[in-house]
Amino acid sequence: MQENMQNLPKAWETMDPSIPAAIGIDIGSTTAKLVVFCDGKLVYSCYERHFSQVRPKTLELLLRVKDMVGHRPVRVAISGSAGLGLAKAAGIPFVQEVFATGEVISHLEPDTSAVIELGGEDAKVIFFKGGMDERMNGTCAGGTGAFIDQMATLLDVTVEEMDTLSLKANRIYPIASRCGVFAKTDIQPLLNQGAAKENIAASIYAAVASQTIAGLAQGRKIEGKVMFLGGPLYYCQGLRIAFKDALKLDDAHAVFPEYGRLSVALGAALYASASDETVAMEDLLAGVEASTREKLEAAHTNPLFESEAEYKHFCDRHAKASVKVVYPADYPGTAEAPGNVYLGVDCGSTTTKLVLMGEHGELIYSYYNSNRGNPVGIVKEQLEEIYALCGDRLVIKGSCVTGYGEELIRHAFHMDRGLVETMAHFTAAKYFNPQVDFILDIGGQDIKCFKIKGDAIDSIMLNEACSSGCGSFIETFARSMGYEVEAFAKLGLFAKAPVELGTRCTVFMNSSVKQAQKDGATVGDISAGLSRSVVKNAIYKVIRAASADELGKHIVVQGGTFYNDAVLRAFETEIGGEVIRPQIAGLMGAFGAALHARSLALEKSTLMDAEALSTFTHSSKAATCHGCGNNCHLTINTFAGGEKYISGNKCERGAGKKLPEGADIIPNLHRFKREGLAALAETALTHSDRGTIGLPMALGMYELAPLWHRLFTELGLRVVFSGPSSRKLYLRGQYSIPSDTACYPAKIMHGHIEDLIERGVDAIFYPCLTYNVDEGTGDNHYNCPVVAYYSELLKGNMESLRKTEFLYPYLNINQPKELVKELYALLKDKFGGFTKSQIKSAVQKALAAYDRWMADVRAEGEAAVKWARARGNRIMILSGRPYHIDPEIGHGIDALATSLGFAVVTEDSIAGLTTKTSVNVLNQWTYHARLYAAARYAVANPDVQMVQLVSFGCGLDAITTDEVRAILESGGKLYTQIKIDEITNLGAVTIRMRSLIGALEYTADGVSAEDDKKASRVKRKEATAHV
Amino acid sequence: MSDKKNSPVCDQNCDTCNGMPPRVIFTEEMRKEYTILFPTMLPRHFKIMEKVFNYYGYHTELLEDGTHGDSKTVIDAGLKYVHNDACYPALLVIGQFISALQSGRYDTHKVALLLTQTGGGCRASNYIALLRKALVNAGFEYVPVISLNVSGLESMPGFKLTIPMIHRLMYAILYGDLLLLLVNQCRPYEAVKGTAEALADQWSTRLAKEMTEGAINYKKIKKTYREIIASFAAIDGVDCDARRNHEKVRVGIVGEIFVKFSPLGNNGLEDFLVSEDAEPVMGGLIDFVLYVVSNAMLDYELYGIGKMKAKIYKIADKFFLGKQDDLIAAVKEDGRFVPPTSFRITRTLARDYVGMGVKMGEGWLLTAEIFELIHEGVGNVVITQPFGCLPNHIVGKGMMKPIKETYPDVNLVAIDYDAGATAINQENRIKLMLANAKKNKGKSHT
Repeated sequence: MQENMQNLPKAWETMDPSIPAAIGIDIGSTTAKLVVFCDGKLVYSCYERHFSQVRPKTLELLLRVKDMVGHRPVRVAISGSAGLGLAKAAGIPFVQEVFATGEVISHLEPDTSAVIELGGEDAKVIFFKGGMDERMNGTCAGGTGAFIDQMATLLDVTVEEMDTLSLKANRIYPIASRCGVFAKTDIQPLLNQGAAKENIAASIYAAVASQTIAGLAQGRKIEGKVMFLGGPLYYCQGLRIAFKDALKLDDAHAVFPEYGRLSVALGAALYASASDETVAMEDLLAGVEASTREKLEAAHTNPLFESEAEYKHFCDRHAKASVKVVYPADYPGTAEAPGNVYLGVDCGSTTTKLVLMGEHGELIYSYYNSNRGNPVGIVKEQLEEIYALCGDRLVIKGSCVTGYGEELIRHAFHMDRGLVETMAHFTAAKYFNPQVDFILDIGGQDIKCFKIKGDAIDSIMLNEACSSGCGSFIETFARSMGYEVEAFAKLGLFAKAPVELGTRCTVFMNSSVKQAQKDGATVGDISAGLSRSVVKNAIYKVIRAASADELGKHIVVQGGTFYNDAVLRAFETEIGGEVIRPQIAGLMGAFGAALHARSLALEKSTLMDAEALSTFTHSSKAATCHGCGNNCHLTINTFAGGEKYISGNKCERGAGKKLPEGADIIPNLHRFKREGLAALAETALTHSDRGTIGLPMALGMYELAPLWHRLFTELGLRVVFSGPSSRKLYLRGQYSIPSDTACYPAKIMHGHIEDLIERGVDAIFYPCLTYNVDEGTGDNHYNCPVVAYYSELLKGNMESLRKTEFLYPYLNINQPKELVKELYALLKDKFGGFTKSQIKSAVQKALAAYDRWMADVRAEGEAAVKWARARGNRIMILSGRPYHIDPEIGHGIDALATSLGFAVVTEDSIAGLTTKTSVNVLNQWTYHARLYAAARYAVANPDVQMVQLVSFGCGLDAITTDEVRAILESGGKLYTQIKIDEITNLGAVTIRMRSLIGALEYTADGVSAEDDKKASRVKRKEATAHV
Repeated sequence: MSDKKNSPVCDQNCDTCNGMPPRVIFTEEMRKEYTILFPTMLPRHFKIMEKVFNYYGYHTELLEDGTHGDSKTVIDAGLKYVHNDACYPALLVIGQFISALQSGRYDTHKVALLLTQTGGGCRASNYIALLRKALVNAGFEYVPVISLNVSGLESMPGFKLTIPMIHRLMYAILYGDLLLLLVNQCRPYEAVKGTAEALADQWSTRLAKEMTEGAINYKKIKKTYREIIASFAAIDGVDCDARRNHEKVRVGIVGEIFVKFSPLGNNGLEDFLVSEDAEPVMGGLIDFVLYVVSNAMLDYELYGIGKMKAKIYKIADKFFLGKQDDLIAAVKEDGRFVPPTSFRITRTLARDYVGMGVKMGEGWLLTAEIFELIHEGVGNVVITQPFGCLPNHIVGKGMMKPIKETYPDVNLVAIDYDAGATAINQENRIKLMLANAKKNKGKSHT
């Protein structure tokens, strides 16, 4: 993206040399722009990446125009997110960049109604018509230039190539663009499943457009003449198309001006030209030059290494953890008596790893590289290579694959086994240290840690989608600064003053880096700082450890990221101790898989042989499953010979398989509740003279629908429910969401309201309930603020709602008398009028209907437990909030659990719920009290596991997750948390659930003689249960 | 506010403690020899409150860790010992406690921690639980934690919040509010930077002392109000005309109570605004007290809950309002400063926009304070909130659109505060608001 606009020397030369020049400088997060105006004409402009060398770059650009400007007086202003520090240091006026843009557009294009500007890390929307309003993305919103760069890296194409690809797309996948980490979680499985890059590229742009509109329009419609500005919108045709589609704009109303990427610099020049102050070019240059020499104080930490000697000592120590390397030619074996070797494949999220291992753990061949979005092709290439090396002297006796792409690769190449990645890593770590009690694996995309107790995985922690910032993050960052990751890491080793960066997600770190750049940090300081951040992120966010002692005594670190010595060193200093990093740190998954393949002791491997491989082909296409309401996006992979592998399905149905006899009847309380609530619509009146009332099926309605449905039916109103939920439904209401960081269950409410309005109901009802149902199990019975008061927000932000009567009374559902009073006040004159006794009678019946419903749910829960016990199935409390049973919010995780053999119950359905549980937190929310009681139930019942669903953005769950974990772990149970959002990668959820099963099976044979008395009190008899 | 019975104190039956040691009780005996630490929020208010506690026989100490350019230590301790998804104020408050305990300044076996607890439906009610968890993880499980609340959430035999104490604390709050008001109105116009703040510091030291000198003499307090106001009016080199004409851009601050008030929470927002040549305007702490009181009355009004409690709170409401009236009268009488708006008015302002039942976190108060500012002619408002603050989705960001519809020229900006959010991002957004504010101001002058 380096290109200079042609300057206009002719116009320049004929100008009077006494006319002042106006210079506008815009320094964004990644690029620097400079424009020169003279006599109202643009005479020079340039746009270049600054690679975080903000001040030297600015000086360079200014020197370029030095001769042109000559002795003219200069008026100058700086703008841009990274320009503030320079402006201060060099004494140049600063103008805020969105303000600058607003000024220049209202000057140049007065009929504009809105501006959308995407920068390196900022997204901005300016409204001109009807009250000027300027907005920037919040601190948690990606979908900008840096995001697009990151995505291009992930697709292994340049930004330009990605653009070209996108133009050939024929379908759009749903991709989250809240930040790079989220989107990667969506894109990676698509790549692994073989989805076409063309479609992914277009989907990325669509996601950016959707994110910008949702995050910034906040209820204001973007219409009329819209100007699109900023670098990405200047360069990417595909992005332009995505915005035009999303906003339904025609060419006349979507304007992409030639000066789009320079608009902020133009604004700065405009601002400068209005000023009275002038400066001589020499003085300006002197000021900027002086600023480049200024020594800056940024928050920083100690160097990673004080000396070369220290580094050497460190390297020597780690060199000890190695495996024996034997070249294929040296490995014993002949055509008559071929040597036995074992193949392990780790098809990770960004990299593919292969290991060919000998009978005694020798490393015969290995491969580690980016999978470049095509893991199947890479494994094929590598297998061919391996077969060539083996010849007839070595024979592969067993093969095993692990990682994200496990299923795909296993099907494609007929591997013997698939192994869940957590088990693969454990197997490998044990090889290096049989006493290992803690494993930390930081890969390109994931952080995984396992605690080992008594030779079994005791707990597993995976990074939540929002706390990544792992290996690929450093890599992307290195590249954006113009370095390869190795060189970048090296610079960090001896950096004098590593900068202090945040420990949050990518977007936050990006802005921390921006700040550091502003403060003049060197590339090395940033590299070292990033290493520290990644490490802190792992320790404090993922592991949530308070001190190093908590981790363990025998720590093995692995994963490709630990090849980076800066990261390894940062980890050791952070925990204040030494760890083992196997030399094959990046190959551990594959090595573990190979070890597993060896342990199978097979007669013959099923692995595709060299001959079949030579004719192997692979193609993929997209499809949508209509098996159920989930409408999964499928990718159908077709291999040579017509063999198919379908991915993207959430349950067995989409895989094209017939469900095994009886499989459908595994009890699933999520399904039971869904069907029960859906059946309410059937018992609604089909006609009413009084009118229709709409109930939005979202948030608290999932709890109280039976109550409100009965109430209004008794009152003679026709009850209409919204939904069912779907992504489409969500998108219909997305434009009116004011707070993008609210949880998905809340945001989808907007779609449900739109749906009810379209159904033409007379009124919509969603009451404000500060207090939820009092089940007597907590210190109080609150709802969360969002469930309780979301109506207030809907009323204020949904313009469409103003034409429909919206009833959102404050109600007390725990005192029938009070409820009658409140509802009478609300309804007495509505829908033809009601008497108090009519209301009273309806309220009684409504409360009874709710009680009946809850009794049914509990009875079904008990039946499910009985069913599972009779058959030896495991039981899973798939817990969360009532609204997590929504198929769009829960993403079919319940079906996934039943497909793994679990009988699924909900937290509100299981027995023993009514006893008050003593907890260490303030237990004053109804839904939370159920979670704590459910956790107790899981502790008391060996065949019950608990999985907690947590919506992204749920602040209250920061409290509940820790407490549920504490209850479960104090009872010797595994804790599994699944964070869900708009889009959830079922692949990652599958790994979690399979890890859970893997860990259960591993511990099944013997519970360790832990001194933890609680653990021993709860005997785990998992051996009797089988999937 | 909760009207529930006390949570049971752990009976040592650790079957149900989920790996947590039993709760440490702050006993009568400890009262004599323990130092009670409490976290900072509003430095001057709390300094006076510290002395009030001591007057009643406690030995309390206001923590200042993190407020002298050492915020990093506090944030790091918070990140280390508090769930990182918990809200930022919890992280800061607990981080401050832990770093104080780790500082070596105290005999940690002779220290107790004091924290407020409102018991509302916002996660802030759980700071205490998070603090106890953090203490266990940091190896201070023996340090007792005292909940300062008026809802009877949990009680400690060694610490009693009595009516006379509340009475005296109220004056600490009113004095603090007055100083806050005056400092903010003087700072942008003072000739020598730091004069107003130095004066306020002098006053808070003096007032703290006065609060511990015998019985409350309300006449004297009202006289002191006038003295304080006169002393600020007499600061040398203040451009009084400029101040009267509001020549500087006035910027209101509303938000979640901790990040609104605490410089540690909002990266020194007031200082930043002053450095950008703007005048910060913010409602006092007494408004929050009155908001909490109102909610107890509203619980009865809306849901028929707590009839007796509502009656008591009604008396409290009247009492506090009267005290606020006297303070307002003192400022008005002097005539040189803009007085605060009576809460009688403030609490009616948001009614058409957000229900009075929205009582979690800052609830309707936040929206009402925005309107209060607009009515005072302050058209620029920074809405401060911890990242992911649930009530703020509704009463902060959720109300921006309806407010803008009624007042299209009002300049609102919502800022998230978080350990990971950088000052540059926050400042950039505020700068944008200021640029527009200055432009609007230019317009209205011509």
